[in-house]
Amino acid sequence: MNQENIQPIDSTAPHHHDQVDDHKPRGISRWLYTTNHKDIGTLYLLFSLLMLFTGGSMAMVIRAELFQPGLQFVDPHFFNQMTTVHGLVMVFGAIMPAFVGLANWMVPLMIGAPDMALPRMNNWSFWLLPCAFTILLSTLFMEGGAPAAGWTFYVPLSTTYSNDSTAFFVFAVHLMGISSIMGAMNIIVTIFNLRAPGMTWMKLPLFVWTWIITAFLLIAVMPVLAGVVTMVLTDKYFGTSFFNAAGGGDPVMFQHIFWFFGHPEVYIMILPAFGIISSIVPAFARKPLFGYESMVIATASIAFLSFIVWAHHMFTTGMPVAAELFFMYTTMLIAVPTGVKVFNWVATMWRGAMTFETPMMFAIAFIVLFTIGGFSGLMLAITPADFQYQDTYFVVAHFHYVLVTGALFGIIAGVYFWIPKWTGVMYSERLGQCHFWCSLVSVNMLFFPMHFVGLAGMPRRIPDYALQFADMNAFISIGGFLFGLSQLLFVAMVFRCIRRKGEKASAQVWEGAEGLEWQIPSPAPYHTFQIPPDIKSGH
Amino acid sequence: MGNQNISHQPLLRKLLVVSIAMFFFGFALIPLYDVFCRLTGLNGKTANTVAAPSTRIDTSRRIKVEFIANRDDSIPWNFAPEINSLELNPGAVKVVNFHVKNLSAQAMIGRAVPSVSPGAAARYFKKIECFCFTEQPLDAHGEKAMPVQFYIDPQLPAEYSTITLSYRLYKSQGQTVTR
Amino acid sequence: MKRYCWSLNNKCNWILFSFVWWCARSVAADTTVHSAYNMTRGATELSHKVYNLHMIIFYICCVIGAIVFGLMFWSIVHHRKVKGTAPAQFHGSLKIEIIWTAIPVLILIAMAIPATKTLVAMEDASKADMTVLVTGSQWKWHYKYMEYPIEFYSLLSTPRDQIENNAVKDALYLREVDKPLVLPAGKKIRFLVTADDVIHSWWVPDFAIKKDANPGFINETWAKIDNPGIYRGQCAELCGKDHGFMPIVVDVKTPEAFEQWVAEKIAEQEKAKAAEAARGLMTREELMELGQKTYESRCAVCHQPGGEGLPGAFPALKGSAIVTKNKPAHLHIVLFGKPATAMQAFGKQLTAAELAAVITYERNAWGNNTGDLVQIADINAVLSAGE
Repeated sequence: MNQENIQPIDSTAPHHHDQVDDHKPRGISRWLYTTNHKDIGTLYLLFSLLMLFTGGSMAMVIRAELFQPGLQFVDPHFFNQMTTVHGLVMVFGAIMPAFVGLANWMVPLMIGAPDMALPRMNNWSFWLLPCAFTILLSTLFMEGGAPAAGWTFYVPLSTTYSNDSTAFFVFAVHLMGISSIMGAMNIIVTIFNLRAPGMTWMKLPLFVWTWIITAFLLIAVMPVLAGVVTMVLTDKYFGTSFFNAAGGGDPVMFQHIFWFFGHPEVYIMILPAFGIISSIVPAFARKPLFGYESMVIATASIAFLSFIVWAHHMFTTGMPVAAELFFMYTTMLIAVPTGVKVFNWVATMWRGAMTFETPMMFAIAFIVLFTIGGFSGLMLAITPADFQYQDTYFVVAHFHYVLVTGALFGIIAGVYFWIPKWTGVMYSERLGQCHFWCSLVSVNMLFFPMHFVGLAGMPRRIPDYALQFADMNAFISIGGFLFGLSQLLFVAMVFRCIRRKGEKASAQVWEGAEGLEWQIPSPAPYHTFQIPPDIKSGH
Repeated sequence: MGNQNISHQPLLRKLLVVSIAMFFFGFALIPLYDVFCRLTGLNGKTANTVAAPSTRIDTSRRIKVEFIANRDDSIPWNFAPEINSLELNPGAVKVVNFHVKNLSAQAMIGRAVPSVSPGAAARYFKKIECFCFTEQPLDAHGEKAMPVQFYIDPQLPAEYSTITLSYRLYKSQGQTVTR
Repeated sequence: MKRYCWSLNNKCNWILFSFVWWCARSVAADTTVHSAYNMTRGATELSHKVYNLHMIIFYICCVIGAIVFGLMFWSIVHHRKVKGTAPAQFHGSLKIEIIWTAIPVLILIAMAIPATKTLVAMEDASKADMTVLVTGSQWKWHYKYMEYPIEFYSLLSTPRDQIENNAVKDALYLREVDKPLVLPAGKKIRFLVTADDVIHSWWVPDFAIKKDANPGFINETWAKIDNPGIYRGQCAELCGKDHGFMPIVVDVKTPEAFEQWVAEKIAEQEKAKAAEAARGLMTREELMELGQKTYESRCAVCHQPGGEGLPGAFPALKGSAIVTKNKPAHLHIVLFGKPATAMQAFGKQLTAAELAAVITYERNAWGNNTGDLVQIADINAVLSAGE
C-alpha cells in the first residue's frame, strides 16, 4: 500500500470546521432519523451484537439438548426451529450487518469522504433490519413455530410441509435483501464517487477493496435469493410449480438456485474479514502489507470463482459425473487465491517488529483457524470423500471454522482495532486478552471435535444421537457454553468504551497504523473530511 | 477522482438495473436449468415430447429396462406396470402397459411424471407415445391400461446395460402443465 | 429410580455401557473397524478408496499447515518488537507470488487425479446382479426388491422410553430397525433411491454411499459388499421432525443364506396374508392391545403418546371431532392420508388388522371413549370402495 505517500493533514482547518458542525439531535430521534455514517455504523454494530446473542442463545439451546443422548429439553420440532433460526439470525442478522456497520464507519474515513454518498438511503437500509428480524423472530411464538426446514429451507420441506411461518420468513428475507442491496449500492457509489483527490484505486486500503468486491457480490446474488424465496412463496400459496414435481418442477432446481446465491453469500461473509486482517497485520508488524496487488487480484478471483462452484453443496443430489468433476475442479481452484492471501499475511509478519495487542491476537487466530476451515473445505471439495462428509458434523465444523473463527473473529479483531477511534478511549487490554484466550480455547473445544464426530458418522441437524457420540458431544457442549460465556467479556469491553471508561486514545492509536482514519482525532468528530484531505500522488 | 458535487444518480441507476436484472435472472435459471437437464440428463429428466421413429436396430447387445410406478398420497389410484422389466435390443420398439384403477368414488385426473436412471442415459430413452404426455382422466372406480411405446437409441453408450423408467403419479388440479 | 440419566461421572453406568458396547461390537461380527474419531474404512472396495483419498488429502493439508504455521510462529517468536530490531520494509515480490500460486496448483492437480478415478468408478452402476428400490418417507425407509416379490418398511425400533430417558439406553440406541434390508455379499447391488414426500438421503458409511432421495425422481448408486455382517447408517438430509430417528440397517448374508432368507420371507408374507384373510372379528382387548402397539410405533411421534399432538404442527387426537364423532372421516384420513402433510396414507403401510386396531385404539384411548370397535372387514370395505 502506498499510504506512506499520504501527506499529514493540516490539522487545524478541517477540524475547526468539524467542531463548528458537531451538534446533533439528542435522544431517540437522533438515532431514528440519523443520516450520519458514524451513527448508522454504530446502529448496525449494536444491532449485530444483539443478534449475535439472540442467535447464540439458540445455539446454547441446541448444545444443551445435545449434551446427552436422549431428548431432555426440547422436542425435535423445536430443535429444528432452533437450528434454522440460529442459522438465519447469525448469517443475516449478526455477520452481514456487522460488516455493513464496519463499512459505514470506516469506508468514508479511509477514502476521505465526508459521509456515505446516499445518507437517507443509508438510514432506510438500517431500519429495515430490525423490522425484518422482528417479523422473523415473531414466528417463534406462532402456532406451529418458526421455520424448521434449516436455514437453507430446501423444498418441499419448506413449502408443502411447512406451516404459515414460511410466509413471514419470506417477507423477512425480502426486507433483509432490500436492506443489503441498498447498503451495497451505497458503498459502491461512495467508493466510486467520493474518494478524496489523489486516492487512486491502487491506494485504497484493502478493507475498502474487499468491501467493494463484496458489494458487487451482494448486488449480484441478493436479488437471486429474493427470487428464490418468492418462488417458494408462490409454490406454497399460489399453486405454481417451480419446484413441485407434480406440476413439472424439480425440487433439486431449488437447490441450484439457492446455492447460486448461497455460495457467493459465503464469500460475502468472509471477504471483508480478509480486508480487516489485511489492515491489522501490517499495523502490528509495523511493516507494509506484502503483495498488495496480489491481494486485490486474489480477492477478485475468489469472487469470480464463487459463481461457478455452487453445486459442490449438492454432490449427493445425483448429478452426472461430468458436472461433479467440473464443480470439484473449480472448487479446488479456490484454494489457490485463498492460499495466496494466507501466504501474503505470513510474509507481512516476516521480519516485522510485531507486538501482540488484542486485535493482532484475533488476527493471528483468524489466520490459523480460518486456514483450518480452508483445509476442511478442500477436503469437502473432493467429491468421492464428500459423499462421506456431506450433511455430517464435519461440514458443521468446516463452516463454523470459516464463519466463527473466520468472519466473527475478523469482526471482533476489527472492533478492537477501531474502537479507540470510535469512542476515544482505549479498551481494557487485560479484558481484551482475557476475552481472546477464553474465546480461543473454548471455540476450539466447541468446533474441533465436531470434525471427529462428523467423520465417525454423526449427521447434522439431529436432536438425538447414538451412544458412541456421547462423550464428544458432552465435551463440545461444554466448549459451546464456555464460548457463549466468553463473549460476555466482549460486551463488557464494548460498554466500558461506550461509557468512556479507559485511557484516552491518541489520534494515531496504534504505532504502526497507517491510513486516513488515523489522521483524524479520537473519537472521530461527528463530521469529518468536510473538506477533502489532499493525498499527494507519488511513486 | 470523485468530488462531493458529483451526481450519484447515473451510477445508482446502473446498480439498480443490475439488481433487478439479477432478480429476474433467478427466475430465468429455471428454463436454463431445464435446457441444461435435457442436454446432460441431470435428474433423469426425459424430453416429454414425441420422439422420431426408430431407424435401425442394434442386434449386437441387449439392454435391460426396468419399470417402476409409484403414486403420490394425493391420488387414491392403484398404479402398476404389467411387467417389472424386459430386455430388448437398442432400436427395437416396445409397448408396455401401466394399469391404473381409481379406488375413489369420484372422477379424477392423474398426471404421471417420468424419471429415468441413470440420468445420463435419459436422452437415449425415446418415447414414441406415452401416457405421460397428457393428463389421464379416470371415472369413479374406473380402470384402464396406459401404454408407453418406446425404444432405446442405438447410440446409447456401451457402459449402460440397465435403464430404469420410473413414473410417479400425481393428482392433477386441472391446471395446464407446461413442461 | 426410573429415570436414567446419562452423565460422565456416573462411572458404573459408563463401565457397564462400555462393556455392553464392546460385547455387542464383537458379537455383531462387524468386519470393519469403526473409529470414534475417523471415517470408516468401510466394507467395499470403493469405500476403501474413499478412505484412502480422505487420508491422503488430510496428510497433505497437515504438511501444508505445518509449513505455513511453522513459518508464521517462527516469525512470531523471532520478529517481535521487544527484540529491538527495526522492521524490514519489503512489500512484494512477483517471483514469490508466482511460486506460491504455482505450487498449490500442482498439489491440487496431484489430488484431482485419484479423486477423478474414484468418482468415475463410483458412478458406474451398470451390470448389477440385483436391484433394490429404496424409498424414503417421513420417517422410515421402504425397500422393494426388483427381482423378488418382497417389499417392506423399515422403522426405528428403539423404544420411546429410551429416547425419553425413562429406560436404560441399549448399545444400539437409535441404530436398530424392526426389519433390516437383507443383501447378499459379493454381488453388485444397484440401489434406486427415491422419496415419497420430502427429500431424504440414504447413507451407509460402510458402503461410502450417500444418495439423496428426491420426491418424484430416482437416483441410482451401487455397492459390492465384500463380507457378511451388519452395516448401519442413517438419513442424512433434514426431512422434518424425526429426521434423527430414521436409521438404516443392512444385514449382509452369504449368497446361500440370502437365497434361503428370500424363500423364507416370501413364505412368511404369504402366510401372513392368508392368516389375515382368515381372521374373523377381533375382540376389544385384542384391538386395543395391537392398537396401542401400532399407535406407539407409528403415530405417537407426531400425535404424541397422550394424543395431545403438537399445536400448530400436528393436530391433537384427544377430543378431536374426527376421532370422537366422524368415524368414516377417521377411517378415511388414516387409510388415505392427508395430502401435502406428514399424515401419510397408512392403508398401504399397515395390515388391515393393524389399521382396525389403531383406529379402535384412537377412538377409545385418552378419554375419547366412543366405544366404537373397528374390524378388519370395515377396513377392507373402505379400502376396496376407496374415497
